[in-house]
Amino acid sequence: MDWSALSVSLRLAASTCLILIPIAIWLGRALAYARFRGKGLCEALIALPLVLPPTVLGFYLLLSFGRDAPVGSLWANLTGSGLNFTFTGILLASLIANLPFAVQPIQRAFEHVPHNLREAAWCSGLSPWQTLLRIELPLVWPGIMSAAALTFAHTLGEFGVILMVGGAIDGETRTLAIAIYDRVQAFDEQGAAQMSVLLLLVSFITLGLVYGLAGRRRWARG
Amino acid sequence: MGWPGAGGGHVADSRITGAVAELGAGLCVAVKQAGPIPLAAEFVCQPGELLALVGPSGSGKTTLLRTIAGLYRPQNGHVECAGDVWFDAKRKHSLPPQRRQVGMVFQDYALFPHLTALENIQLPLGHLPQSQRLAQAEQWLAKVRLDGLGKRYPNALSGGQRQRVALARALARDPKVLLLDEPFSAVDQVTRRRLQRELALLRQQIEIPIVLVTHDLEEATALADQICVLHNGVSLQQDSPEALFSRPASPLVARLLDRHNLFEGTVVEVAGQRRLQWGETYLEVAEGLANLPLGETVAWYLPPSDIVLHRRDRPSQGERENPLAATVSEVVVLGGITSVSLRVNHGDMLRFDIATHAARRNQLTRGAVVNVSLLAAGIHLMPGHRVRADAHDKRK
Repeated sequence: MDWSALSVSLRLAASTCLILIPIAIWLGRALAYARFRGKGLCEALIALPLVLPPTVLGFYLLLSFGRDAPVGSLWANLTGSGLNFTFTGILLASLIANLPFAVQPIQRAFEHVPHNLREAAWCSGLSPWQTLLRIELPLVWPGIMSAAALTFAHTLGEFGVILMVGGAIDGETRTLAIAIYDRVQAFDEQGAAQMSVLLLLVSFITLGLVYGLAGRRRWARG
Repeated sequence: MGWPGAGGGHVADSRITGAVAELGAGLCVAVKQAGPIPLAAEFVCQPGELLALVGPSGSGKTTLLRTIAGLYRPQNGHVECAGDVWFDAKRKHSLPPQRRQVGMVFQDYALFPHLTALENIQLPLGHLPQSQRLAQAEQWLAKVRLDGLGKRYPNALSGGQRQRVALARALARDPKVLLLDEPFSAVDQVTRRRLQRELALLRQQIEIPIVLVTHDLEEATALADQICVLHNGVSLQQDSPEALFSRPASPLVARLLDRHNLFEGTVVEVAGQRRLQWGETYLEVAEGLANLPLGETVAWYLPPSDIVLHRRDRPSQGERENPLAATVSEVVVLGGITSVSLRVNHGDMLRFDIATHAARRNQLTRGAVVNVSLLAAGIHLMPGHRVRADAHDKRK
């Protein structure tokens, strides 16, 4: 059993969720409410990781994270270290790869909040910020939960993008999914089986918890 | 713009400006824009008064309500309430809805589905200290007769109960104006009657202007002190229901109020007396005829209540007032009321309602010839208007 790989996987999934969900709430809300030119283009860009093969996405990320590329060199200037083959690198890649999984459920949820509820909140004296916290967020909570569940589970299982950008450095970029592949390559079927069961259980429990939490809304039941 | 001279017709501008001077605590709205929703509306509503905005769908009623609430910002206009200016396009001043202190009941109530009835009512109580909010919300719940249902979520309430929660939530904010957007349209008729009654009772306890948007004329007549008639975003006339129904400012207003008996007549002089020539008849008119030039053709209207049907067997009151023989062309029984259409010799149709038993007693059947009087006091002249040309709004 590769415990360091499990640790990398969990850290990666949790960090991706923590960073991505607030961004997705902002982005999903903006896309749901705002009308602007190029909105379709914006949505297409966000959905792109959904349809690209992970290796293709990983390849482009690998290129752009390089020290000669704008993103990589900017990061190197800011922090003094590179992005490729680091935890930060795979985290950044994971954020981009998970964008559609996080944004889309939240955007749909915001779209289903009737506009006049926000107006009713304003007429009740609630500031836009209070309206977000007390009316909109509770109403889109199921969307946020499913975004978090999808992001978490998808990050645990991500293989292609991580392998391209991060390689398989022990304790740094080797996630459980990659460790399983390594075990199989090394003809250690028992090790691969153990880790597969573990990954399966962790994913299942996470999803179960999240959907269970999201489902506990008395008011939604007719 | 405005209505030259005629009886109950108001010159909109002077009425508004006059009202502003005496206003103080009331609501005063003037809105004008060419597009995207064309608007040219002005109305006032005094504290404790209920003003109904009526008009067909698309006449801008809801947009005007949203303008008052600050949810819509027209290009030009002025909204003033209780002495505070909420919106003034000239000064580019517009308070956000949060700072306007309006109580708004939305058409589908817009209750927050994730909050209980009590929590819905508590939400706008932000102006009170935390400790008082619950007690205050419970008081409101009791006021709209929902005590005991505070813990229910909106989806567990009936349409009428939801409407009451929405009303309580609107009033809980201690608003300076209460805005009701078709508040009775989403409930069945029995509930509607009951809620209308409750609103009428509740009104006596609140001393703020109330603006009701409705397309239901009966509802407006029953509840409102003042009615403002809207058409394509233009406010045509504001007046009390009685005045409006007896003295519409134009044939268009009359039509929007579902009034019949709109005709045209010519001003003539018969034996030294001014008369209104209508076909072969010379009508005596109590008011307004003297100022009109001879030969002028004017639109006129007669409320159905001012058509007196004479009994065959004995003469009745007012028999000598504009007597007229006419042929019954249509008798429609609608329960206890019968709608009767009479064809006058030159082809115009008079329409009025009488009790069904009275129609039977008078043997009103198709083709029968009857005698009626058109009461001189009821004849309402609309100088400057023609019946046909006025089918579409011709105000400049």
